[in-house]
Amino acid sequence: MKYRLVSGLETHVELATATKIFCGCTTAFGGSPNTHCCPVCTGQPGTLPVLNKKVVEYAIRAGLATHCTINTTTHLDRKNYCYPDLPKAYQISQFDKPLCENGYVELESGKRIGITRIHIEEDAGKLVHESGYTYIDYNRGGVPLIEIVSEPDISSPEEAKEYVEKLQLIMRYIGVSDCKMQEGSMRCDVNISVMEEGATEFGTRTEIKNMNSISYIEKAMAYEYERQIEVIEGGGKIVQATLRYDEHTGETSVMRTKEDAQDYRYFPEPDILTVVIPEEKVEEIRKGLPELPTDKLHRYIDELKINPATAKLLYKYKRVCDFAERAFALGAGVKNTVNLIVGTLYSKLETEEDKEKFALPVSAEEMAKLVKLVDEGKVNITLAQKTLAKMAEEGKPVSEYIKPEDVAGMDDSELTEICKKAIEANPNAVADFKAGKDKAIFALYGFVKKATQGKADIKKADEIIRGLIK
Amino acid sequence: MRKVISTLSEKLQSGEITSVQLTEKYISAIEAQNPRLNAYVHLTFDEARANAQAADKMIKEGKATALTGVPFTLKDNIATDGLFTTCCSKILQGFKPYYDATVWAKLKAQGAVLLGKTNMDEFAMGSTGETSVYGAPLNPVDNTRVTGGSSGGGAAAVCANLAAYALGSDTGGSIRQPASFCGVVGFKPTYGAVSRYGLLAYGSSLDQIGPMTQSVTDAAIVYDAIRGEDKADGTSVPTSAQKTVLKGDIKGLKIGISEEYFDGVPTEIKGAIDNMISAYEKGGAQVVRVSIPALKLALSVYYIIACAEASSNLGRYDGIRYGYRASNYTSVDDMITKTRTEGFGKEVKKRIMLGTYVLSSGYFDAYYKKACLLRKTVESQMAEAFEKCDVLFAPTAPNTAFKQGYSGGNAVETYLSDVCTVPVNIAGLPAISIPCGKDKNGLPIGMQIIGKKFSDALVLDTAYFAELNGLSKTAEVEGGVKL
Repeated sequence: MKYRLVSGLETHVELATATKIFCGCTTAFGGSPNTHCCPVCTGQPGTLPVLNKKVVEYAIRAGLATHCTINTTTHLDRKNYCYPDLPKAYQISQFDKPLCENGYVELESGKRIGITRIHIEEDAGKLVHESGYTYIDYNRGGVPLIEIVSEPDISSPEEAKEYVEKLQLIMRYIGVSDCKMQEGSMRCDVNISVMEEGATEFGTRTEIKNMNSISYIEKAMAYEYERQIEVIEGGGKIVQATLRYDEHTGETSVMRTKEDAQDYRYFPEPDILTVVIPEEKVEEIRKGLPELPTDKLHRYIDELKINPATAKLLYKYKRVCDFAERAFALGAGVKNTVNLIVGTLYSKLETEEDKEKFALPVSAEEMAKLVKLVDEGKVNITLAQKTLAKMAEEGKPVSEYIKPEDVAGMDDSELTEICKKAIEANPNAVADFKAGKDKAIFALYGFVKKATQGKADIKKADEIIRGLIK
Repeated sequence: MRKVISTLSEKLQSGEITSVQLTEKYISAIEAQNPRLNAYVHLTFDEARANAQAADKMIKEGKATALTGVPFTLKDNIATDGLFTTCCSKILQGFKPYYDATVWAKLKAQGAVLLGKTNMDEFAMGSTGETSVYGAPLNPVDNTRVTGGSSGGGAAAVCANLAAYALGSDTGGSIRQPASFCGVVGFKPTYGAVSRYGLLAYGSSLDQIGPMTQSVTDAAIVYDAIRGEDKADGTSVPTSAQKTVLKGDIKGLKIGISEEYFDGVPTEIKGAIDNMISAYEKGGAQVVRVSIPALKLALSVYYIIACAEASSNLGRYDGIRYGYRASNYTSVDDMITKTRTEGFGKEVKKRIMLGTYVLSSGYFDAYYKKACLLRKTVESQMAEAFEKCDVLFAPTAPNTAFKQGYSGGNAVETYLSDVCTVPVNIAGLPAISIPCGKDKNGLPIGMQIIGKKFSDALVLDTAYFAELNGLSKTAEVEGGVKL
């Protein structure tokens, strides 16, 4: 029998606002325990939460970037449960009226993963178990989160991976989160069930909690898919349960079943008034959104005619794209610009994070100057690559490496003279070429390169030589 | 009625007495009377003496306001940095917050002198003062009677001249009902007019801080000093930039009378209020009959919403970070369970369970959701009534002060005694209780003047007519600080 995997993800994303969701404390990661705290975020009796408007704005940005509708009248709710890391014994979240609803994220294949809702809420503190004691650090308590709930549209671990990567990309693009899974600023709960091919009803689902790496998500899903099939094939039934994934054994185990599921007793948070967002504000946020990654990719391929492989290497890194686009705006040719970025600058940016940060000491202005020399045939690509590599290391302007006299006068007539000399000096190669050996022309290129110390545009030289030989 | 604050303020500013001297007088009076009355549960005399010195300096520098140097008290559920704030509950035993409630910060800035924290029903849950872990305060008018609650200690302190004024909190009548039982003035402002930041929550959508005083004049002075929008309380609202002006101007004022408020109210109380109404009519006011059928629902709505919110608000008292912690336990869960079992009193547990129940899945729609819908009905019917009248006159309570110990065996009757005060909280309206005669036992009767949202100044001015014309007399008891 064949089984389909059905999965939906609940993704928590920490928002990169400067201050917490209900007080003025910093959201900075780390810090000595309980130093990023105040009476409000530690839930001292008598304190009240005051909603940070930036959090609402960031969440709306996230909603718009994932094609959601924005509920301009919304409210917060209390989710009541007792745990030492939750100092008020309730989490302020949203229940029946999330800020954003009904959006989607598009995968490479064109398949859309539906977004059911995005709501805002506060993070809890952190328990630290040490030498037989448990300590509580409330620094993270009150850090703003959005929870992005997908539809059960994901049908393989690969799709899950792509979906999470796409979300990461979008959130980083629009500047609402750094989405660092290793630091916990992005975490996923994976809902998963299997159904027989052709069946019309979903199977019973399980939920794997708190996944903090994409590869674990893939592995856990694959494991859980097999496990569920095995149970069904063995005549058993899937028990609705919350699971944890053990990274070391690669297996899932039960945390709690439906019977001991919590009753969160949600009700509207009386300390925060109904949130009413003017339509104009939503439009203002919409206008302020940058071009989204998928749109950019399509524009690079369709309008700028960048080859798809190169475009894919670029569009993921917003700073790189910004750099390239500034260079384009200054008159640098698209093809040479992107080839130099991917070919030369990327070799200096080994990790994803390096590319993300794009902290090389090369300005778009200098990049444009260099590319234009290549575009105009005054500098060949090899020299440009060498120069750019040095620029990226030393942070000096193009003029430090390529002097005006080096490129001055390298006009067509001068190059023609050099090409004539090349033909005279290489009679054998010319004869071979005439006899049909196209590659024989390489010897002439070599002569030209040597004679011009690499400054000649070989493409141009090729044209001239072919013209002269004919 | 006695203008305690303005009288003291004049004496202080003229140099007749210093705040330090005045404060010592209050301290002596408290030391003499409090062991019997049990109005104060935490004495903050060191703080008071320091406040008094600061106040005397302000007076010398010409920076005094009406409240500078005047001794007062805060209910034990209002946070005071470094000073006990226990909600008269075992679970907050020894708790000292490390921040100030906005109202206390505002008063401190004006040179107010804090004598102590006053007794209350545990977590403000009760109408008698008897659920306090420190035992009930006694009614200064008749020591065999309760003060009412929950702000019973504040009412007793003001009544017995052990403080010039008190700040209480009112969730379902907790300022107005004890004010009426003790024969003083109690004012519950419009929801949001006074910041709740630092008020240890009971029912967040109902709670409001307000003054308890010996006169309407004093209530207006305190109200002006504590009101206004607060950045730390998102439910607070801006109030008038003008001081509250009291003229007692009631010419053409339309007084609404809703029969529903008088259902089951004894003739003695009804009669006292009728007399007051007649006096207002003679003064130029006009009586208008209004009907608010939803008032009958208000009590049920109140107990569902208040308990629901309380069950959530009180979840944080788990023994982990502050207050009481059970001494023998085997795990974190066991510690929390034992702490709460031992730390909360019976009435609080009852309301937590009630609130938990009405919010539980399967019961939410039938109770909490329905109560919220009915709350809107109460709100809109009261708003409709205010299209026909400017203020409503109503009894503060359907009874005068209970005998000590009465509520123990009469829980439902005690709940029912909140029937006249809770509609105001449900609709977020301002209301004042002023003394309105005495019953056959010589116990004070209270009358409420209720206004529409943000008509606090009108409510106070309407009440001031009674003060100006000697229609309302606060209780006079022996002892305490004489002016």
